[in-house]
Amino acid sequence: MEEVNHKETPLMTKLFKARKKSETETVKDSNPASKIAVYILLTIGSFTMLIPFLWMISTALKSPAEAVAMPPVWIPQIFRIENFARAFEVAPFGRYFLNSVLITSISTLGELLTTILAAFAFAKMKFYGKNLLFTILIATMMVPGELLIIPNYLTISKLNLINTYSAMILPYLASVFSVFMLKQNFESVPNELYYAAKVDGTSDFKFLWMIMVPLSKSAIVAVAILKIIGSWNSFMWPLIVTNERLLRPLPVGLQAFTTEAGTQYELLMAASTIVIAPMIIIYLFLQRYIIMGVAKSGLKG
Amino acid sequence: MIQKPTLKSSLKSLLYIAPMMLIVGTFNLYPIVRSFLMSFYADYNIFTGEVSSYGINNFIDIFKDPEFILAIRNTFIFVLGVVPASIAISLGIAILLNRVQVLSGFFRSIYFLPFVTSTVAISIVWGWIYHSRFGLLNYALGLLGFSPIEFLTDPSNSMLALIIMAIWKGLGFNIILFLVGLNNIDGNYYSAAKIDGAKGWQRFTNITLPLLGPTMFLVSVMGVINSFKVFDEVFALFQSRPGPAGSAMTVVYYIFQKFYQESQYGIAAAAGIVLFLIILVFTLVQMAFNKKFVHY
Repeated sequence: MEEVNHKETPLMTKLFKARKKSETETVKDSNPASKIAVYILLTIGSFTMLIPFLWMISTALKSPAEAVAMPPVWIPQIFRIENFARAFEVAPFGRYFLNSVLITSISTLGELLTTILAAFAFAKMKFYGKNLLFTILIATMMVPGELLIIPNYLTISKLNLINTYSAMILPYLASVFSVFMLKQNFESVPNELYYAAKVDGTSDFKFLWMIMVPLSKSAIVAVAILKIIGSWNSFMWPLIVTNERLLRPLPVGLQAFTTEAGTQYELLMAASTIVIAPMIIIYLFLQRYIIMGVAKSGLKG
Repeated sequence: MIQKPTLKSSLKSLLYIAPMMLIVGTFNLYPIVRSFLMSFYADYNIFTGEVSSYGINNFIDIFKDPEFILAIRNTFIFVLGVVPASIAISLGIAILLNRVQVLSGFFRSIYFLPFVTSTVAISIVWGWIYHSRFGLLNYALGLLGFSPIEFLTDPSNSMLALIIMAIWKGLGFNIILFLVGLNNIDGNYYSAAKIDGAKGWQRFTNITLPLLGPTMFLVSVMGVINSFKVFDEVFALFQSRPGPAGSAMTVVYYIFQKFYQESQYGIAAAAGIVLFLIILVFTLVQMAFNKKFVHY
């Protein structure tokens, strides 16, 4: 089974391990001064990228006076962790958080289930109209999702689901993009393996979950994480289908909080940190899967 | 072992694709058709759902609406402001990252960080950075001797504020794609060029740029498509308004406003179709350009 996994390694190697091309590039950079210049530029660049995050955390830990101090204070005298507790008091961020966890986990699990099944059918099974159906599905990826919001809102309201969790979950229980990504991966599992299993009397269903899924683990993880990020951060659809405060997921709750917090920037930044931090933690632990997912979607998109 | 589909295998496959098709059919396929139809609703009762006549009135109406014209204009300004600058900066960073080994992954992680963060949350943070009195950016500008800029309250600056933030947020994604592209370039080209005495800049314009063609195409198409759909940033940066005095109205914001706040479904759907057509035309033009000028 090991030989199947090597399908993914070339890309991973390119991004994560020693690069054969860089060796030739390095020869030209043997000049240490130019190397130092490269590092200086990269450091300045990454510091610029980090400033908004650092400023957010710094403000979140300040007293109200420090938050609006001029010139700005980077490190507050006392770290006011209680700003986070106060944000939870001023608005139901605990509830928003749970809503986001619920919506994100159900839509991710649901999407994985529907797309793994469908991707398997498109990759390995034979049925009439397969290519036509797949082409139609791929074509829909060109249509901006914003166009679909109006009819989808009408559908959801016809189903009497406005102001429910289902409204925020149902449309996201499947994704053409994920079917596409997983189909590519499932196809790289050799047909011989599939036919051999069939000869041994293994059912398709069993083959899919016992062999195909474990072999495609990293692609599935990549799809799942991209979905988690997208779902956690999604804003427009939940905003449209909910107007009850206690149903809001985090981004919608945070947006409403901007009017509730007024000019209390330390609370606003504490609340923003609450929304951003979980995805950064996931990113720090699983970044190779995220980057692989992005790189793959790019290669094939 | 090549088999033809049979009735039995087709029925079995149907079970596998049915759950996905149910969701995609209801929330992706059907609404595409419905949107097209809705954009031609001329007379529509939003309470009963009855349509008494069809026509192109909605399209005429939106093109007569100065707000929609502004939305189109702003969206184009946004795309032109974000995409080329983002490509230039991210290509530069990718080339630098590609030159170093130590800490390369660490730097890449930092550049990519904005990609995973909520657009709403980070827009609120940027709103604070842009603050005219207490904002970090105006403080920095002050140090350099500039007078404070009203980024969020002066209508003539609202698009600039959006563009700077969007470039910052999108860099990491482009950098990853460029890194993949750079790694696909055979190192022998560079060695050969060096033997021929090509200087760094010549190597860049004669090897790197042409061979990055496919990546450049991909990055620009994705950048253009995403930038045309700008909404969350506007909503969060300007506190649920399309910028000061409506100055940062974008096409998707217009759709949202017509649909959600004014219940003008036909108008909103027509604006959505126009957005779709613009994106389609841009993609086709870029594909044609790609075919003509990019040599693999």
